Amino acid sequence: MMKGLKKWRLFSLLAVMTVFLSACGEEYISTLTPAGKVGEHQYDLLMLSIIIMSIVVIVVSFLYLYAFAKFRRSRLGENYMPKQVEGSHTLEVIWAVIPIVLLLILAVPTLMATYEFGDVKAMDEVDEDGNKTALTVNVTAKLYWWEFEYPEQGIVTAQELVVPTNEKVYFNLKAADVKHSFWIPAIGGKIDNNVDNVNKFWLEFGKESEGLKDGVFYGKCAELCGPSHALMDFKVKTVDRAEFDQWVASMQATEGNTASVDSTDLGEATFAQSCLGCHAVSGVGVTGAMGPNLTTFGDRNRVAGFLEHNKENLENWITNPEEYKPGNLMTGKYAELSPEEISAVADYIMSLSVEK
Amino acid sequence: MSSVAVSNKKGFGAVLWDYLTTVDHKKLGIMYLFAGVLFFAIAGVEALLMRIQLMVPNNDFISAGLFNELLTMHGTTMLFLAATPLLFGFMNAIVPLQIGARDVAFPFLNSLGFWLFFLGAIFLHLSFFMGGAPDAGWTSYASLSLYSPGHGIDFYVLGLQISGAGTLISGINFIVTIITMRAPGMTFMRMPLFTWTTLISSTLILFAFPPLTVGLFFMLVDRMFGANFFDHTMGGNTIIWEHLFWIFGHPEVYILVLPAFGLFSEIIPVFARKRLFGYSSMVFATILIGFLGFMVWAHHMFTVGMGPTANAIFAIATMAIGVPTGMKVFNWILTIWGGSIKVTVPMLYALGFIPSFVAGGVTGVMMAMAPLDYQLHDSYFIVAHFHYVIVGGIVTAIFGSMHYYWPIMFNRTLSEKLGVWTFWVFFIGFHLTFFLQHFLGLMGMPRRVFTFQADQGWDLYNYISSIGAIMMAVGVVLLVINVLLSIKTPPVNRRDYWGDGRSLEWSIQTPVPFYNFKQTPLVRGFDPCWLEKQEGNKEMMTYAEPLGDIHMPNNSILPLIMSIGLFVAAFGALYHPDGVSWSVPVIVIGLGITVLAMITRSVKDDHGFHVHVEEVIAEEQRLYGKGGNK
Repeated sequence: MMKGLKKWRLFSLLAVMTVFLSACGEEYISTLTPAGKVGEHQYDLLMLSIIIMSIVVIVVSFLYLYAFAKFRRSRLGENYMPKQVEGSHTLEVIWAVIPIVLLLILAVPTLMATYEFGDVKAMDEVDEDGNKTALTVNVTAKLYWWEFEYPEQGIVTAQELVVPTNEKVYFNLKAADVKHSFWIPAIGGKIDNNVDNVNKFWLEFGKESEGLKDGVFYGKCAELCGPSHALMDFKVKTVDRAEFDQWVASMQATEGNTASVDSTDLGEATFAQSCLGCHAVSGVGVTGAMGPNLTTFGDRNRVAGFLEHNKENLENWITNPEEYKPGNLMTGKYAELSPEEISAVADYIMSLSVEK
Repeated sequence: MSSVAVSNKKGFGAVLWDYLTTVDHKKLGIMYLFAGVLFFAIAGVEALLMRIQLMVPNNDFISAGLFNELLTMHGTTMLFLAATPLLFGFMNAIVPLQIGARDVAFPFLNSLGFWLFFLGAIFLHLSFFMGGAPDAGWTSYASLSLYSPGHGIDFYVLGLQISGAGTLISGINFIVTIITMRAPGMTFMRMPLFTWTTLISSTLILFAFPPLTVGLFFMLVDRMFGANFFDHTMGGNTIIWEHLFWIFGHPEVYILVLPAFGLFSEIIPVFARKRLFGYSSMVFATILIGFLGFMVWAHHMFTVGMGPTANAIFAIATMAIGVPTGMKVFNWILTIWGGSIKVTVPMLYALGFIPSFVAGGVTGVMMAMAPLDYQLHDSYFIVAHFHYVIVGGIVTAIFGSMHYYWPIMFNRTLSEKLGVWTFWVFFIGFHLTFFLQHFLGLMGMPRRVFTFQADQGWDLYNYISSIGAIMMAVGVVLLVINVLLSIKTPPVNRRDYWGDGRSLEWSIQTPVPFYNFKQTPLVRGFDPCWLEKQEGNKEMMTYAEPLGDIHMPNNSILPLIMSIGLFVAAFGALYHPDGVSWSVPVIVIGLGITVLAMITRSVKDDHGFHVHVEEVIAEEQRLYGKGGNK
């Protein structure tokens, strides 16, 4: 009986383990498939702590189940009178010391990693020409979108972060309206975008995003920021250094781009009339725009950060943003457009690209 | 409650008046219990609605705004208005009996504490019908709560301010009661663990609630009178709110979990028929947890950007809490080791509690590792963690103790059979709901999201989690049915219902008379009921005094009136920023009612009354038939 029970237990344990081990989540968003130094280091800490904690849980559960099975009144008889033990100093010392030892094993790597992740000194390092040696990105979180400024390069983009792989990228983070939190689960996490101060941290992107399902890593807002908190996604495109430099160059080449009200293209004219006040079409600039910079819109992965990237969704979005992202700040900022205008303006926005 | 109605044969109006004016700790305990169950049910329905919304990706069952209201009210209600009063219910009903007292030290304040809590809670819930509930999370972080339109946050601030005052008053009352009202011989190191944990948790209330009060007051004047404590554009700072909130918020966790530990420390020895293992180390661990509970608040803020040194200090301090907590778990296991375990429903909850709580504890240690917490913070991992602690630790304690103490509180019993069903349905549902949420968090799902896109690897686990939530709801419904059925069960009318009672409350014959002890007991050692039984004492109690007149407090309607005054004033304050003309008069009238009631209380001396010996004997005869309480 006991043997059969044991076999059954082993089997069910294995079955459960298989389910969980196979379910590491999707590569582009799971912390269990880390890409890059920070995420990998955090994954190692996770595994170390899971192993130690599993031992604790198993030991406690074993002692408890054993005691429970052995000392049942139904086995001992209704009138059995247990010995009334007060306690045991030896035992109590043992189970005070063992946890302390386990916690010390966890504490040392914790302290080391805390300081390692918090080290942003290299952010201000310059070479002999006075240029910054490391790439810095200024992240501004807004209701409900993300703005990414590359101060050294003089460019700015939104919703889709483009970064080079295999080097430390430093971030300055701030929120423009309410508190948000910047999280790229597969790369490493996370730090808050406060309204009061600039937070700094670094990440390293260990893998090009090209081969992933959507060709991007997923980023999330992790701090409740209002009705559309759940929809405040962004994407991360990681490319090698050469490709990154090329992207920066083509962004810089968009300097001066604008839309004209007098354009013969209905889309461009409408855009200039209704959208340009908030949305720039030149990638050269600084942070602080009212709405996401649309210079690279045609290269992006999503409409409004989360809708599938096609013209129909873009039209729907322009027609009634409130329906898709409740509480957004775009609704009602422009005069109502006719269906033809919306279609034309969607075509125009979809055509904006620096990569094609 | 039924026992009162039946035995006293009073009309409905008289019973109602009795409950509105009572200062009896046992009746207030029952009122706390039922108020707690009411709000537990409301918050449970909110949780269920959220889980239905998250059952499938891109669901539109609930809108984004309403979802945020539900998540805010679920958290706020469960912690402030369900768990706290449910535990207060047991504290009120049981602690005076455990220490051999006839009531708490300040019966009037006890009643005031209840009514403030209750009316504050009602006020908060009226927000649903008056323009929308608060929607900035139970933590109500300042930048979002200042941005939030409408009156939701004002309801939160005012409602919690009023009910928080009630909690603080009750906390002070318990501290004084336990220190000054113990029967002769009930030394500190003979106090049952539930009394100890009540004492420590009340001390935590005393120190933790003032920071919350300050934070809420700042928020109140920010929103209503345009002060700028938290407005960063005017030189304020939102991080101050986070600190104030968590300096309160972290101890709050221990305020709730310590009494739960205490309840299990009562249940486990009784059903293992064995003395609590390592009593003195349990007391020491309780005090240590209480102390350390104040040293770790910033572990909720690792990602705020406090810098590596602050993060490192709070990480290590947080890990340290694992040591006394681990001590407690091993002591419980060693208590059942070598005992004679009878698996009743309360014991079933205690046995289910140990592995669940350990699972919640170890994930807590994982999150104490600051650099790892950067990944886990604000993901579904934390949701899983704190539900393991709160449901696995506190809710199991409450459900188990309902079964355990029902005979003392109501002189009735809850059905064991239905109780076992409830336990398994609830327990399996609980693990189904929350176990997989650890993995959802690790797989990148942020918390507090009203929906999620398909194909991010989260669909299956969310579906299973929602099924679990439905099972938990079924479990709670079964418990409520059990409570209703208990009205029809025969009265218990005995001492030591479970047969192996150890502490003083089991020495009293039920129904407990309103003065608790006709003669104050003499406590001759640890576990007095057990001690007397071992020596063959049929009355299970030795008396410290001859039968004499008993001094008892008078009932009073004033606590209710005082609370109503604040309730009224809160409406004036709420609508004041709208510029309505009646807001100031309403504030003045409301506060006037409260102040008048206070003046009445101060000027009119109330010395209570004496129950004379003959009346005591008559009461004993009425309760227990001829011969009185032998």
